[in-house]
Amino acid sequence: MATATEAKGRGAAPHPDVASYSDVNRDILAILQRPGKGWWVLFGLATAGVGLLFFAWGIQLVRGIGVAGITKPVGWGVYITTFVFWVGIAHSGTLVSAVLFLFRAPWRQSIYRTAEAMTVFAVMTAGLFPLIHVGRAWLAYWLFPYPNSRYLWPNFRSPLVWDVFAVTTYFTVSATFFYLGAIPDIAAAREAATGLRKKFYRFISLGWRGTDREWHHFGKAYIFLAALATPLVLSVHSVVSWDFAMGITPGWHATIFAPYFVAGAIFSGMAMVITLTIPLRKVFGLEAYLTTKHYDAMAKLILTTSLIVMYAYLTEFFMAWYSGEEIERTSFWDRLFGSYWWATWIMLTCNGLVPIMLWFKRVRHSIPALFVISIFINIGMWFERFVIIVVSQHHEYMPFAWGVYRPSMVEMAILIGSFAWFSFWFLIFCRLLPPVAIAELKEVLPAPMRRKEAVDHG
Amino acid sequence: MADQGGGVLASFDFLDSTVDAIHELKDAGYKNLRAYMPFPDHHIEEALGYGESPVRVWTLVGGLTGAATGFAFTIFTSMDWPLVTGGKPIVSIPAYVVIAFEMAILFGALATLIGLFVLSRLPHIKPIMIYDAEFMSGRFGLYVTAQREELDEARRILKRHEPSLLSEDPEGAHVQ
Repeated sequence: MATATEAKGRGAAPHPDVASYSDVNRDILAILQRPGKGWWVLFGLATAGVGLLFFAWGIQLVRGIGVAGITKPVGWGVYITTFVFWVGIAHSGTLVSAVLFLFRAPWRQSIYRTAEAMTVFAVMTAGLFPLIHVGRAWLAYWLFPYPNSRYLWPNFRSPLVWDVFAVTTYFTVSATFFYLGAIPDIAAAREAATGLRKKFYRFISLGWRGTDREWHHFGKAYIFLAALATPLVLSVHSVVSWDFAMGITPGWHATIFAPYFVAGAIFSGMAMVITLTIPLRKVFGLEAYLTTKHYDAMAKLILTTSLIVMYAYLTEFFMAWYSGEEIERTSFWDRLFGSYWWATWIMLTCNGLVPIMLWFKRVRHSIPALFVISIFINIGMWFERFVIIVVSQHHEYMPFAWGVYRPSMVEMAILIGSFAWFSFWFLIFCRLLPPVAIAELKEVLPAPMRRKEAVDHG
Repeated sequence: MADQGGGVLASFDFLDSTVDAIHELKDAGYKNLRAYMPFPDHHIEEALGYGESPVRVWTLVGGLTGAATGFAFTIFTSMDWPLVTGGKPIVSIPAYVVIAFEMAILFGALATLIGLFVLSRLPHIKPIMIYDAEFMSGRFGLYVTAQREELDEARRILKRHEPSLLSEDPEGAHVQ
């Protein structure tokens, strides 16, 4: 099309190297072509890891929860830590797709599909952990309220029951949002595909044709879903934090927990978006779509949330000291210098010190540096949850409730397996659905005009 | 009246041509217009004269139903087997707000989705008679149906805006 020159004409265009609408289709749909060797290697590794996950879980199901290291006094170990970690990862996906959509942030278009997919798969990963943690997974339906012969209902005053509602709602709504946003792009993929793939896309695109009526209602539905997902994302991690904050364990019982967890979730999730999109961009040649501008914006968001998280850490320590309460003081002293001092220092280094580098523009514009920093943050945020959950429990009020928890091989295998499970779905997604939103990218490209002056009918 | 009607489909490379053609066709009295676009363009929506989408009513009703369900369910189950735990009242409204909130979001989102499907007539199962695959890529489309004798004028208007493709729909199905 003859729009390349016009597209170049606008200086402020977010994607100066993308010339026309059909370029977008060509570039993005090329990703769905035959996978290369690298993809198969990664997919093989992920599948092996999923095998490991189910093997380890199988051992636990057959031999009982005793094969995990969790016992008195630390009843919530790696499983719950990893659950909170993955729920947190999920959050930034919704932030990018819903909150930044409502705020009309101009840099969200090219990353939001990936971020949203990340949300759905991260919640799928997180959702495994309560099932693993409860031990007798075949009785997991007890978590849900259903009419039974003993007239027993869940205790709706319990944050654990809130969590069931929050996480299932979150999964349903984010999956809906993800699928709805993808429909027009699936239809675009349908036109380019052949054979079995075409049939598949035709089926899941619901016969989308891009008519005015479809787009009109679609646009409004999308805004409302975004407006619903925004408070939802805040509520979900608040509810997760109340799993802890409603308990009287020292180190948990604090009102700062909800905002602290939400900020931490966005912090870790944004880091995960960077971790995922940098290889994606490299492998599929998406440099024109994921520019340094995008990474700069993400890095700034990470920097902001890092400051909030650091503020929360310091507040916790300050309040423990300022309260003058012996138990609380001991608990926080134990965090820094007790049996798990290394976990706390990893957390403080990765989440507080490493992100300081993002103050520098050169670091924010360096893709390798961002990749490394994002890995540090992922590690740091896992340890943050470990510190909150495990370290608080291992040193409670009474000396008989003091003890050291060591994760067992089964727990470690399941932790590693969870990353494989997440990658497994993510890799399938990259090959099946356009990982960059085709239709929305076109909205920010300058429209092709026959006359020089733009149409402006109101 | 399908057997006496016909349809014309024009594909445009340019947005302004499409918008101009819509205005001219509307001025000429054509009512059955359907536009195709690769992304939601507000110029076209405005030219076709769209008002507020009723999807919002679905969202509101869904959300309110969800909140009511959340409160009703938690209160009902607590009353069904009244058991004091932790010295809290049987009906602990502040705790139930969390459940009601989540249910409001869940029902609201699902109602929005159903509303969208109903209003935009998705899924569209009938095979598309006349179509240009480029609508999914970079072209804008305009499809007009009318009585066969009225179509000549529409064809003339469309041609004046230099469509890259002008195809006839012998079936002439009404715009739905």
